Amino acid sequence: MPDLLLLSIAAPLAAALLLLVPAPLAARKFIAGIGFALPALIALYLWSQFPPNGGASYHFVSRYDTGLKDTLGITLYLGLNGIALPLFVLAGVVGLAAGLFAIQSKAERLPLYLGLLLVMQAGLMGVFASMDVFFFYFFHELALIPTFIMVGVWGGRDRGYAAMKLTIYLTLGAMLSLIGLIAIYQQSGAETFDLLSLRQEIEHGSLAASDQKTIFGLLMVGFGILVSLFPFHTWAPLGYGAAPSSAAMLHAGVLKKFGLYGLIQIALPLLPEGVGHWVGWLALLAVGGNVLYIGFVTIAQRDLKQMIGYSSVMHMGYAFLGIAAYNTTGLGGVVLMMVAHGLSVALLFLLSTSIYHRTQTFDMEEMGGLAQKAPVLAAFFVTAIMASIGLPGLANFWGELAIFVGAWKFSAVYTTLAVSGVIISAVYGLRSVARIFFGPVTPAFAKVSTEKAPTDLAWGEKFPALLLLAALLAIGFWPKSLSTPVDTAITATFRK
Amino acid sequence: MTIDQLQAAAANNLWAAITPEIALGVLALLLLVLEMILPKARHAVIPACAIAGQLGILAALALNFTATPYLDRDTFNGLLHHSRDGQFLRVFFLLSSILVSILGVVALARQKMPRVEFFHIVLVVTAAMMLLAQSANFVLLFVALETITVGFYILVSYTRTNPLSLEAGLKYLVLGALSSAILLFGIVLLYGVAGNPHSFGSTASPMSYAGVRQFLEANPDNFLASVGIVFVLAGIAFKIGAVPFQIWIPDVYQGAPTPVTAFLAVASKAAGFAVLIGLLPVFQPYAGLVTAVLSIMAGATILFGNLAALTQHNVKRLLGLSGVSHAGYLLMGVVAAQTVPQAIGAIYFYLFAYLLASFAVFAVMTHVAGVNDADQDLDHYADFAKKRPYLAGVLAIGLGSLAGIPPLAGFMGKLMVFIAAFKAGLYPLLAIAIVGVVLSIYYYFGWIKAAFFTTWRPPLAPGEIEPAEAAATPVGFPAGLALGVLAAGSVIFGFFQGPIAAWLLLR
Repeated sequence: MPDLLLLSIAAPLAAALLLLVPAPLAARKFIAGIGFALPALIALYLWSQFPPNGGASYHFVSRYDTGLKDTLGITLYLGLNGIALPLFVLAGVVGLAAGLFAIQSKAERLPLYLGLLLVMQAGLMGVFASMDVFFFYFFHELALIPTFIMVGVWGGRDRGYAAMKLTIYLTLGAMLSLIGLIAIYQQSGAETFDLLSLRQEIEHGSLAASDQKTIFGLLMVGFGILVSLFPFHTWAPLGYGAAPSSAAMLHAGVLKKFGLYGLIQIALPLLPEGVGHWVGWLALLAVGGNVLYIGFVTIAQRDLKQMIGYSSVMHMGYAFLGIAAYNTTGLGGVVLMMVAHGLSVALLFLLSTSIYHRTQTFDMEEMGGLAQKAPVLAAFFVTAIMASIGLPGLANFWGELAIFVGAWKFSAVYTTLAVSGVIISAVYGLRSVARIFFGPVTPAFAKVSTEKAPTDLAWGEKFPALLLLAALLAIGFWPKSLSTPVDTAITATFRK
Repeated sequence: MTIDQLQAAAANNLWAAITPEIALGVLALLLLVLEMILPKARHAVIPACAIAGQLGILAALALNFTATPYLDRDTFNGLLHHSRDGQFLRVFFLLSSILVSILGVVALARQKMPRVEFFHIVLVVTAAMMLLAQSANFVLLFVALETITVGFYILVSYTRTNPLSLEAGLKYLVLGALSSAILLFGIVLLYGVAGNPHSFGSTASPMSYAGVRQFLEANPDNFLASVGIVFVLAGIAFKIGAVPFQIWIPDVYQGAPTPVTAFLAVASKAAGFAVLIGLLPVFQPYAGLVTAVLSIMAGATILFGNLAALTQHNVKRLLGLSGVSHAGYLLMGVVAAQTVPQAIGAIYFYLFAYLLASFAVFAVMTHVAGVNDADQDLDHYADFAKKRPYLAGVLAIGLGSLAGIPPLAGFMGKLMVFIAAFKAGLYPLLAIAIVGVVLSIYYYFGWIKAAFFTTWRPPLAPGEIEPAEAAATPVGFPAGLALGVLAAGSVIFGFFQGPIAAWLLLR
């Protein structure tokens, strides 16, 4: 059933359109729920149908002409390989969790909010299902625009500034990567955006080494801005701090992985001779900037959401290190970590909003002792933090481990420094748990809790959280389910 | 000329070839007749007649789009050359004039002004634009261009009770006359050198594109011809608002009634580009000179337009200056078109997407404007999304498309132009264009921000009363339909470019 991929993109879009029709709120919520659930179900179904050792080639392939086939070589070309599959599943699962969390929220103008989230969801499914480089970019932008409006309209502190900064930074990154992609299209002489044809063309050596060097530089900076590579990261904590929770979940959890995915799926295989020139810089920025510098900045955060935002910037450093290592172990680790980090950071953003509803503040200095009032929330949060630190048994551990093993062959010094970053994660992670849930009740929190006694997690919040947690645990205990397709795909793509 | 020659010449005057233009002219005159014979109470039907008549012409044009027997032929002894691009531009100009007429109905309802002349002039200007797009002779080029410009002198100062409108009209008149003079001077220089029987390679028809081209090919380094070419390019640069001939834009755009601003921004600019593209093969022997002049202009235009728009609060000035930057991107496409034929299709698609998006935004502005049409500020859009969600949605789509954001049509236009520029190897210009796009996000999204994000208002001082809001113009049926079609078009052509893009780009 090849059209399932198209359906996973079209269903949320159709649901978003239907939400424009005036109807009772309950009916609209139901429609939105279907729009969120269908892509997730399709993703899980396709995962189950995916041939166990067939990660190297694309499956469920379908192709549609939008009118540019003969002139520009652009077609809507959908399919999944072993690298795309895990991220497609991630997009489905996190999208469902974020959607369910949004449906039960009491946001103003809820139908519009849900509609924008659905458009974002459609874009996310499209990004990872595209085998055409142009549509890969196109769907990313489709998902990006709702973020701007959601941050600006439903956001928290500094939303106007944060929305503008986020949009300008991300447009700059997107434009640079677009020019890089056009450069590949043009300089390779392939005159097509179809990833497979591009690969074939370039294997015959149609792209000069000097061109590859320039284009990889463009893509590294362009995609790097989108993934918050140091020093282009400043939009991320600010934007996530201001974004409403579901938008932050989808953006930090899934959309941000676009840049890494683009580097692994497009830039590295197509520009093998350009990589070597840049890995030194990439590793330096990743370890020195993202992991260590931002690590210390994260420790200094008082605002819970800002802390999660900075920690996600920090974790991107590991991913960049794995890419700089440029070997199968490291790259496989990056894909695994992208999934794991996506799940854990989405869970953390969800829980931070649940905490806010109980404490009426994001300032961790004004919290304390919440565990007595909300033990289930505390348990969830502790597990999520542990996952983010990289505790064995949870998905992130495998990703980070593989990255470190792969990076060791690349540079022992950088690997040692990066591993010490885990200690930094432990410091801010455990400190946040202690500040929020344990210790004495602060006067500020006591005042809030007398006005409105904090309750434990409601089912509406618990269900999406459980969904994400189950995925984290499943991958943590059974990493082979994802690593096998990833491994076959990576080994086939990077024979070295 | 002998009788035989005259007869042969007259036999080439195939009037049927310009039926759409003639029909527009007849319709324009018919409106004036209707004004005389209809009682005053019934005058409201005249604009409706104008719109219905244009729709009829559009339908006939669309039906004969490829079936017309005059395709790829010269008529009127080489004054006109009919091509597929010409057919496309005819439809383009007719679409803009229909939209301008719809907006005119909305805008004129607020003014105590004669109505019928507005539609009359719009129709005449449109017919002239259609002829201009198909001209193959410098005389016809100049006459058609002057018809357009003179029409715009009147349209720009149409609200004669508003001093800003009059000021705009005067500015446009003075600078427009200057640019016409420059253009004419350039044409005369070319005529002079190409028609001088003593010069090498002189031609018997020094006013026709073919003749001038023949001369330029024979003399690839004639100084006077180079000066003539630069002057002609400068004259056209005024029409499209390219730096350094953009000074008139903000004031004229602000002062002109909003529908006229839209007409200037879309149709007048497209007419300039149609002429430029038509002249490219003529100036081909001087490609180095043309590339140098247009490249410098394109880079400066992109940067100036975007930087100047950053600080604007009046939305008409903002759109004018952002339109300057669009002219810059299109000029980049024109430079590319010298070596990459696909670029011409890219420019036309860009213009088409620009038409959809610009008219969407201008239509929203027409509904927001009060009695003083020149006073349209970003602050007037506070809480717009809550008060008028339909208009706000259309505005967001229009601005997003202008900013070149996927999945909207404006992005596809930019992509096509960028790919063409890349093929032509214009790397420095592309770098400037990227800076321009990122800058433009600030003001386009700043406007969306003003319309969508809740704005803080100072609390009322004791005793102060909430200032009464001006009565909002309701969205009528034709305007509402046009708004919906424009917004839907921007979205649909972003996802699915279909046969239109294939038809434009395949050459």
